[in-house]
Amino acid sequence: MLGLDLTFFNWDIFSKFVLSGLRFSVQLTLVATAGGIFLGTLLALMRLSGKKALMLPATIYVNGMRSIPLVMVILWFFLLVPLLIGRPMGAELSATITFVAFEAAYFSEIMRAGIQSIPRGQVHAGQAMGMSYGQNMRYVVLPQAFRNMLPVLLTQTIILFQDTSLVYAIGAYDMLKGFTTAGKIYGRPEEAYLLAAVVYFVICFALSWLVKRLQAKIAIVR
Amino acid sequence: MTWDWQVFLNDDGSGRTYLQWMLDAWGWTLAVAGCSWVLAMVIGALMGTLRTLQDQPWLVRLATVWVEFFRNIPLLVQVFLWYFVVPKMFPAFQQVPGFLLVVFALGFFTSARIAEQVRAGIQALPKGQRYAGMALGFTSAQTYRYVILPMAFRIILPPLTSESMNLLKNSSVAFAVSIAELTMFAMQAQEETSRGVEVYLAVTALYALSAFAVNRVFALIEKKTQIPGYIVAGGTGGGH
Repeated sequence: MLGLDLTFFNWDIFSKFVLSGLRFSVQLTLVATAGGIFLGTLLALMRLSGKKALMLPATIYVNGMRSIPLVMVILWFFLLVPLLIGRPMGAELSATITFVAFEAAYFSEIMRAGIQSIPRGQVHAGQAMGMSYGQNMRYVVLPQAFRNMLPVLLTQTIILFQDTSLVYAIGAYDMLKGFTTAGKIYGRPEEAYLLAAVVYFVICFALSWLVKRLQAKIAIVR
Repeated sequence: MTWDWQVFLNDDGSGRTYLQWMLDAWGWTLAVAGCSWVLAMVIGALMGTLRTLQDQPWLVRLATVWVEFFRNIPLLVQVFLWYFVVPKMFPAFQQVPGFLLVVFALGFFTSARIAEQVRAGIQALPKGQRYAGMALGFTSAQTYRYVILPMAFRIILPPLTSESMNLLKNSSVAFAVSIAELTMFAMQAQEETSRGVEVYLAVTALYALSAFAVNRVFALIEKKTQIPGYIVAGGTGGGH
């Protein structure tokens, strides 16, 4: 077909080269999502705290991260963290730390919007029940903010999954790397890129379809 | 650790300084981003508009396929597709310079995102705007040209701003196919000089500066094109 021969690819090659890469891509996505949402929520709370000593560093961090390309952030961490901890670090670990730190900035903007979408009456109701700030956040505001923002958070996770392919810059072994390695060994690099594109498409398309379904469901409940 | 900014005055082995090389690389970054932006805006506006044509189901489907296709494949993979796979499948593309192939990749990738914003902007308009165009005897094309699109584009200026900044940042993936842009410079100069921190700091500053410039240009456009009576970011907020 058009100068391409896809028949070389079989399950053996997939399980030998691609599967471990796919596992890393998924793991990186999940860790960065969990860590990013956790740190991002803290950053959002800092920015909404009204205390300058908390707002300023959080604002600088979030805006700073969001104004540089992810590839540069990946390169930065790969360069700096070994200098700071004084020993070399694997590309996979470096990528994981980078993605948590980077995605925290993006998740914090989502969580901030989510928290701000909660009517003030909710906060006042919590205060009237004698809740502390922490209790109010934990039991009243954050659960609702999280729920309102769930589709956006999941969409960000799909983007995050696509972005994991950028660990190419430091040579970490993700799904794309699995395909390109197989392509090189079997002398079919173009076919390998095409197959990688197909697999990414199927995964991302299916996930965004699920998010759309979820969005429709949540919209009715609300 | 000590600073060594003089590294930028060193010769890179081809008779120019690292500073000169970095400025050239900045130029490539801006060229890739600029050309991709034009492509993304034209195709994005077209596809976004097509998705709102209620009486043309096939055009809607075509535009939907376009958006889903370019949105669900990572940009880096799309760059590889344009750079390696397309020339192999269609030999005519072997004559096309790598710069243009990256512009296609980045432009089409971003066009899908812009199409979604344009569609959202059009759908955010009250139905009355469309009816007003029809009542004036406009054809569908005229209604879009003179009534709907001018309003829709003003509405979507804020998300369009961030998408344009994203495009600029995304141009960094061109390093993967050896376009001599900023990220490529950062990686090579880091390796050659071992002054990674200085090199990365300078490159990061140039990216941030460029993104900030894009932001300011859009803020200016937003201010110049605002329609009285509509809320605009950065406006005085309320009052008459």
